[in-house]
Amino acid sequence: QEVTVDMLDHLEQLALVDFRDAEGVARLQKAIQFADQLHEVNTDGVEPMDSVLEDRCLYLREDDVTEGNCTKELLKNAREKVEEYFVAPPGNIPLPKLEERETFLQGF
Amino acid sequence: SVIGVRFQVAAALQEGRVTPAELCQRCLSLIKSTKFLNAYITVAEETALKQAEESERRYRRGQPLGVLDGIPVAVKDNFNTAGIETTCASNMLKGYISPYNATVVQKLLDQGAVLLGKTNLDEFAMGSGSTDGVFGPVRNPWSYSRQYKEKSVPKSHSEDKESNWVITGGSSGGSAAAVSSFTCFAALGSDTGGSTRNPAAHCGVVGLKPTYGLISRHGLIPLVNSMDVPGILTRCVDDAAVLLGSLAGHDPKDSTTIQDNFKPFELPNLTDVSKLSIGIPKEYHAPGLSSEILALWSKAADLFKNSGAKVIEVSLPHTRYSIVCYHVLCTAEVASNMARFDGLEYGHRSDMNRSTESMYAATRREGFNDVVRGRILSGNYFLLKQNYENYFIKAQKVRRLIANDFVKVFQSGVDILLTPTTLSDAVPYMEFIKEDNRTRSAQDDILTQAANMAGLPAISVPTALSERGLPVGLQFIGRSFQEKQLLTVAKWFENQVKFPMIQLEEVKRHNHDVFQHQKSASFS
Repeated sequence: QEVTVDMLDHLEQLALVDFRDAEGVARLQKAIQFADQLHEVNTDGVEPMDSVLEDRCLYLREDDVTEGNCTKELLKNAREKVEEYFVAPPGNIPLPKLEERETFLQGF
Repeated sequence: SVIGVRFQVAAALQEGRVTPAELCQRCLSLIKSTKFLNAYITVAEETALKQAEESERRYRRGQPLGVLDGIPVAVKDNFNTAGIETTCASNMLKGYISPYNATVVQKLLDQGAVLLGKTNLDEFAMGSGSTDGVFGPVRNPWSYSRQYKEKSVPKSHSEDKESNWVITGGSSGGSAAAVSSFTCFAALGSDTGGSTRNPAAHCGVVGLKPTYGLISRHGLIPLVNSMDVPGILTRCVDDAAVLLGSLAGHDPKDSTTIQDNFKPFELPNLTDVSKLSIGIPKEYHAPGLSSEILALWSKAADLFKNSGAKVIEVSLPHTRYSIVCYHVLCTAEVASNMARFDGLEYGHRSDMNRSTESMYAATRREGFNDVVRGRILSGNYFLLKQNYENYFIKAQKVRRLIANDFVKVFQSGVDILLTPTTLSDAVPYMEFIKEDNRTRSAQDDILTQAANMAGLPAISVPTALSERGLPVGLQFIGRSFQEKQLLTVAKWFENQVKFPMIQLEEVKRHNHDVFQHQKSASFS
């Protein structure tokens, strides 16, 4: 499996986490190699397993409000806030492209 | 000897031989003098003393809440604790004060337990050494035991005795070290691939991984939602049963907890094992298993056989794929679970303010260590559209095969499986860090991971000391939700092997009077 710069760039944008250095990229390559061992196993006719509790019904609560009114508590842990709002920088601005981004991948 | 140590400290509290406040003070001061272990990230001294005082008032009124009332406990720092910092040993959550208690924490507090503090771990519970957190590595208390020092030969005069210390294993190393060094009577860990059983084995304590769905995960910061469970670390099996009794049961706040009525149980004193069928899975004779542990495992099997139990070799053919399967499923779930850390509502936030995306990216670049970032990136790779079927779905299919291996074995009449917990005794820190985290985890989780894959209960019981004077544990794996049978067998085994007590200078100096006649100072 070849890992291209485009692929690495794509992953950095999806994950919003950076590879940081050659070691980070090598780490991914090793991870893929390791995972490839799965293909040795014959899984014909086997259904994927989501949960070990698949034979039971999930518990659903009644749709009643039992908690809340803790705005102050929850805002305490946020760094930027105004009144009862969490403050975010402007959205709808895509992450800079590879060439313009501060990323190790630029020199890759 | 651990025989007959039930009802010791709890009894001492009931009879007024020691007060909750005294007990709490002693634990707090022992924590201070064992600070070099780095087992605790946060010590909640003030609140602990307050809880102890309240407990004392209840005892004076003759109205203790139960066996746990006044008992000092510690909690791994990936459980939310209201008003107390919860960091997951990561820069991402430094300074994060939980606004709520995890259900298991609340349950402990409701029964009067005294919360001493939060214990150290690998960052976000990713690791098998408790060496990769931002607060530094945890040191195994046995590194400073007479038993280990007697066996270690200094290579030269100038060799720093300090550099010889061994790891606790992980990721719940802080909790294991805390219980092992007597700074608390029980601790909560978490177990996703062996993170409670591994350090339990290395630190000479009991580590219980309950059946998935038995104990609430509400408030446990998730790693792998389909495998995580809260883990229990204690000094004897009876204590683990008491903790289990107070924590298990359906939680409306965690829809993955089963709705069956859970009845806390006392463990019978098993004397007749002739009706037991013990399975020895041959694949657990894994590459790299030390000859010492192999011998102990064999000796344990013989012990059961000679006592009349049926001991047979069984096969779990997909065992060796469990680590690979875990690697894919874990990184995939991690990629999803770690997405919540974006700096907006809690945790670290970068100063970068140009856009939400760039703020999130900078925050995560600054907040996560290499291990965490690595797993997020790998997980995202496996979840890409072009890889989803070949990796994620494929791993889910292999998971079913692994789970079915166990079903077949238990259906064939085997009651309990007996396996080693780790491949060797604890390695020195300097040696451990020579390999990277993923390699280490892959090696160390090999014997514990499959139980998480299948959701089965498993317990590591301290068995004997190695040639180097360090603890070795053996693992029992049981059927789903059959903790009573599992713990009954584990307790029988514990009584047979009589694992020695750690001889730590600091503990002797603190001279817990109430422990004079209790070798293992359990609480139940």
